[in-house]
Amino acid sequence: MNDMTPERDARVANLKGMGCSRKRVEDARFTQGKGNYVDDISLPGMLTGDFVRSPYAHARIKSINTEAAMALEGVVAVLTAQDLAPLSLHWMPTLAGDKQMVLADGKVLFQGQEVAFVVAKDRYIAADAIELVEVEYEELPVIVDPIKSLQSDVVLREDLDPKAPGAHGPRKHHNHIFTWEVGDEAGTNAVIDDADVVAEASMYYHRTHPCPLEPCGCVASMDKVNGKLTLWGTFQAPHVVRTVASLLSGIEEHNIRVVSPDIGGGFGNKVGVYPGYVCSIVASIVTGVPVKWVEDRMDNLMTTAFARDYWMTGKISATKEGKITGLHCHVTADHGAFDACADPTKFPAGFMNICTGSYDIPIAYLGVDGVYTNKAPGGVSYRCSFRVTEAVYFIERMIEVLAIEMDMDPAELRRINFIKKEQFPYQSALGWEYDSGDYHTAWDKALKAVDYDGLRKEQAERVEAFKRGETRTLMGIGLSFFTEIVGAGPVKNCDILGMGMFDSCEIRIHPTGSAIARLGTISQGQGHATTFAQILASEIGIPADSITIEEGDTDTAPYGLGTYGSRSTPVAGAATAMAGRKIRAKAQMIAAYLLEVHDDDVEFDVDRFVVKGAPERFKTMGEIAYAAYNQAIPGIEPGLEAVSYYDPPNMTYPFGAYVCVMDIDVDTGVTDIRRFYALDDCGTRINPMVIEGQIHGGLTEALAVALGQEIAYDEMGNVKTGTLMDFFLPTAWEVPNYETDHTVTPSPHHPIGAKGVGESPHVGGVPCFSNAVQDAFRPFGNRHTNMPHDHWRIWQTANALGLHH
Amino acid sequence: MTKQILKMTVNGQTEEVLVEPRELLVYVLREKIGMKGPHVGCETSHCGACTVEINGKSVKSCTMFAVQAQGAEITTIEGLGTPDALHVLQTNFKEHHGLQCGFCTPGMITRAHRLLQENPNPTEKEVRFGIAGNICRCTGYQNIVKAILSAAAEINASKEAAQ
Repeated sequence: MNDMTPERDARVANLKGMGCSRKRVEDARFTQGKGNYVDDISLPGMLTGDFVRSPYAHARIKSINTEAAMALEGVVAVLTAQDLAPLSLHWMPTLAGDKQMVLADGKVLFQGQEVAFVVAKDRYIAADAIELVEVEYEELPVIVDPIKSLQSDVVLREDLDPKAPGAHGPRKHHNHIFTWEVGDEAGTNAVIDDADVVAEASMYYHRTHPCPLEPCGCVASMDKVNGKLTLWGTFQAPHVVRTVASLLSGIEEHNIRVVSPDIGGGFGNKVGVYPGYVCSIVASIVTGVPVKWVEDRMDNLMTTAFARDYWMTGKISATKEGKITGLHCHVTADHGAFDACADPTKFPAGFMNICTGSYDIPIAYLGVDGVYTNKAPGGVSYRCSFRVTEAVYFIERMIEVLAIEMDMDPAELRRINFIKKEQFPYQSALGWEYDSGDYHTAWDKALKAVDYDGLRKEQAERVEAFKRGETRTLMGIGLSFFTEIVGAGPVKNCDILGMGMFDSCEIRIHPTGSAIARLGTISQGQGHATTFAQILASEIGIPADSITIEEGDTDTAPYGLGTYGSRSTPVAGAATAMAGRKIRAKAQMIAAYLLEVHDDDVEFDVDRFVVKGAPERFKTMGEIAYAAYNQAIPGIEPGLEAVSYYDPPNMTYPFGAYVCVMDIDVDTGVTDIRRFYALDDCGTRINPMVIEGQIHGGLTEALAVALGQEIAYDEMGNVKTGTLMDFFLPTAWEVPNYETDHTVTPSPHHPIGAKGVGESPHVGGVPCFSNAVQDAFRPFGNRHTNMPHDHWRIWQTANALGLHH
Repeated sequence: MTKQILKMTVNGQTEEVLVEPRELLVYVLREKIGMKGPHVGCETSHCGACTVEINGKSVKSCTMFAVQAQGAEITTIEGLGTPDALHVLQTNFKEHHGLQCGFCTPGMITRAHRLLQENPNPTEKEVRFGIAGNICRCTGYQNIVKAILSAAAEINASKEAAQ
C-alpha cells in the first residue's frame, strides 16, 4: 500500500487530527458574546451573597451585630461563624492538610478575611447591608514577614496546639507550619566546602496573584424537593469540589452535581475551595432558593489564592572549569494565615525539588520551612506546575550568579552542565526521573537563531559607549533554559485529599459515525474542545469536526482531577488516546467480521480498517459504527463506547530555551523588550496554533511577574495592590511580539508522546526577563536584585551601582 | 430607592426598563436587557471586559450609571454580526487565534470595532495603543493585534472592490 497517495493525504487532512492548526470550535460562541460564564447564570428567585470583610490584618472579634443589616428590606440572611458552627462548617479543611476559617471564628488573621455573609435580593441591597453589620475588633500585633514570624512571641494560630505536629511533621515554633527536606544535606555541604568555586545568593520571589480576568464565583441551588444540590462555579477541578462538598455538607455525593461552565481564565486561582462556595451552599440550603456569589476584583486580589512568596537562599559549587558539583537551597515559604497551598498531599512545597533544573548536578539538598503570617492564604501554582516557577527561577539565577563568580559566559556555563541526551531517563539528585530531553540541540538552535555572539558584541560596544557618555541606555541579554515537571501525576505518589491524580476520558461513537467524548478535566481557555478532538480523530479515524468534547459536568463526565499544573494533555490526553485505542480494538473486530476475515487480517488506515494486502477491501469507521448498532455480531456486544482512567507512569518534562534582548534607560528605569525568542519542546505537538497561543500568553504573564506585578503589604498588613490600578497587568502597549520556535522530543511513556505546554512559557519566561534586566547591570557589578523589576526598582538598582552621576 | 424609566436603543432595539439611579449600566445590560456579552472584570474601568459602544464611542459600562444612558444608542457584541453573517472582526479573531478563555473577547472586539471606525487603516502600533484599555490575560495580544490588522485589511479591500 502506498502511504503517500493524494487520496490518502486527503483522508488524513479531512480528519483534522494531531499536528494540524485546527481553528477552535469554542470561538463561535465567545466571539458572539454567547459564552456561558458563572455570572451569566440566572435562576428564578436567585439571591446574591456577599461578604463583610475584615479591615484589619490581625484582630480579635469582640462582637458582631447583624440586627440593623437584617432589618433592611431585601436582606434575607446574614451568616456568621456562630451560624455555621452547629453544622461544623465555620472551618473547612484545606488542600494542604491544614484547616481554614470559612467565617471569622473569634479572630481575623488577614485583611479582607471573610467575617459575615450577607444574602440579599440584589447586589445593591447586599452592599448596603454589609455597611450595616457592626463588627467590634480589638487590634492585635501584625506579622507580615515570615522570618520575623518565626522569632515572634505573637501566636497567629491559637487554634493549633503548638507542640503537636502538623500535617507534614513536627513544627518548630507556634508560627511554623512544616519543614520539608529532600536530598543529602551533609553530603552537599561537604562538596560545597571543598569546592574550587562557590557562589551564593539570597533572593525573594515576591508574592503575586494569578488574577484571571473573570474573578471566582459560584451559584448554589439546593432543590429541597429532590434533595439535590447543584453547584455551578469557577472550578478548575469540579469533581474534587463535588467530593469536598459532599464530605463537608454530609450530602451524599450522588445528590451533588457540580458544573464548571465556561471559565474566564484560571491560572491556578480557581483550584482551591473558598469560603464563598461554602457560604453559598449553606445559604441556599437555609433559604431554599439559589444563591450566587461572585467576588469583585478587590476580593479576588486580596483573598483568593495568591502565588509564590518564597524567600530562597542558595549555594552552588563548581570545579574551576565550571562543572557544577553541588547545590544547596533553603526556602522560607510565606503561606499566609492558613496553609491552603494547592499541592499534591505528599509535596508541601510542590515540586520545588525540580530546582536542580536542566543540569547534571551530582548532589543537592532542598529544605523548605512553611510559615504563617497575617497575609491571605493560598500558595497556588500560578501558571505553572506546583512551585516549578520558584524552582526554575532559583536555579536560573544561581547559574547566572555562578557565571559572574567565575567570570564566565552564562550560555557556555549552561552548555557544559546540561544533562546530556544519552543520560535520559535521568535520575536527578533530588529524586525525579526526567523522561526525555535533548537540551544541547535546543540550546544551540536558540543561540544561533538570535546570533548570540553578535548580541554579546553589541552589548560590549554599548557598555563602552555608555562609559564614554554617548548613550544612557544599557542592553541586557536574558537567557533561560528550563525543565518543567508536569502531568501530575502517578497515583502512587500524587493525590489531592486522598484522590489519586489520574484522569479520564469516556467516548461514545454514535450510529452515524460521529462521537462525543467527555473528560475529567476542564478548559479555562486552553481549547480542549478543539485539541482533544484532534487526538481522537487521529486515534479513531473520525473527523475532529464530528467529535464533540464535553467537560465540567460531574453528572455526565467521568471522574478526573481537573486542569492545572499542565496536566490535561499529559494525563487526560493520554486517557483520551487510550480510550480511543479501546474503540479501535473493538472496531477492528467488527471490521473483520464485516469483511469476513480474521481480526489479524485487517489493519487500521487513517479512517478505516483495510484487509492487509488488499486495500480495496475496507470498512470505514462510519460503516463500522453503524454496524455496531444495527447488526448482531457473534461474540461482540452492541454499541461502540469506551472509557479509560489513566494513571500516568511518570511525570512529563517539557523544556525550552529562551532569549530576551532588552534595552534599559538608566535614568528612568524604563525597559524596552527588543526581542524575545522562545524555543519550546513539549514533545509531540497536537495543534501548533494553540501551542503558539499558549506560549504568547504564558510569556506575557511572565513579563508581568518579572517586571512589575506583585501583591504588596505594608507593615500593618494592608494590601497595597488591591485593584488593577496598582496590580500590574500588561496591556497590548507593553507587550512585544514573540518569536516562537520548537524542537520535538516525545515523551517515551505517554501514549502519543505529548508533554504539555501551557505553563512552560511562564516558568521559563520569568527568569528570562529577570536575567535580561540583571544582565544589563552585570558589567557594573550587579549580582542579584529582586523582582519585580519595575521602573522604580530598576532606577534604584542603577542608582545603587553609581550610574546616576 | 426611587426607580426611573430608562429608555435606550440597544443593538437597534428600543428598550425600556425600570432602574434605580445607582444601578450600573453593565448590570442593566446583562441582567435586565439580557445582553450578557459585556463582562465584569474589575469594576474600576481598567480591564475593558465591559466595553460597549455608546453614541459612537467606546465606553466601559461598569463605571457608568445606567441612567446616564438615557436616550442613548448602544451597541454590544451581540449587535455585531449574526450567527449566519459574522462580523469580519469575529471571523478574524477566530482565524488568527485572537482569543482563548473568551472573557475579554466581547469587549475587545467591540473596542476594535470602534477603533477601526476611528482609524480604518491603523499601523500595528496604533492598534496596540488603541486597545490598551482592554486587558487580555491569555493571548499576550500578539494574535489579537494580528486579527485586527487583518480585519482592517479585509474591510478596506472590500470597500475598494465596491468602488
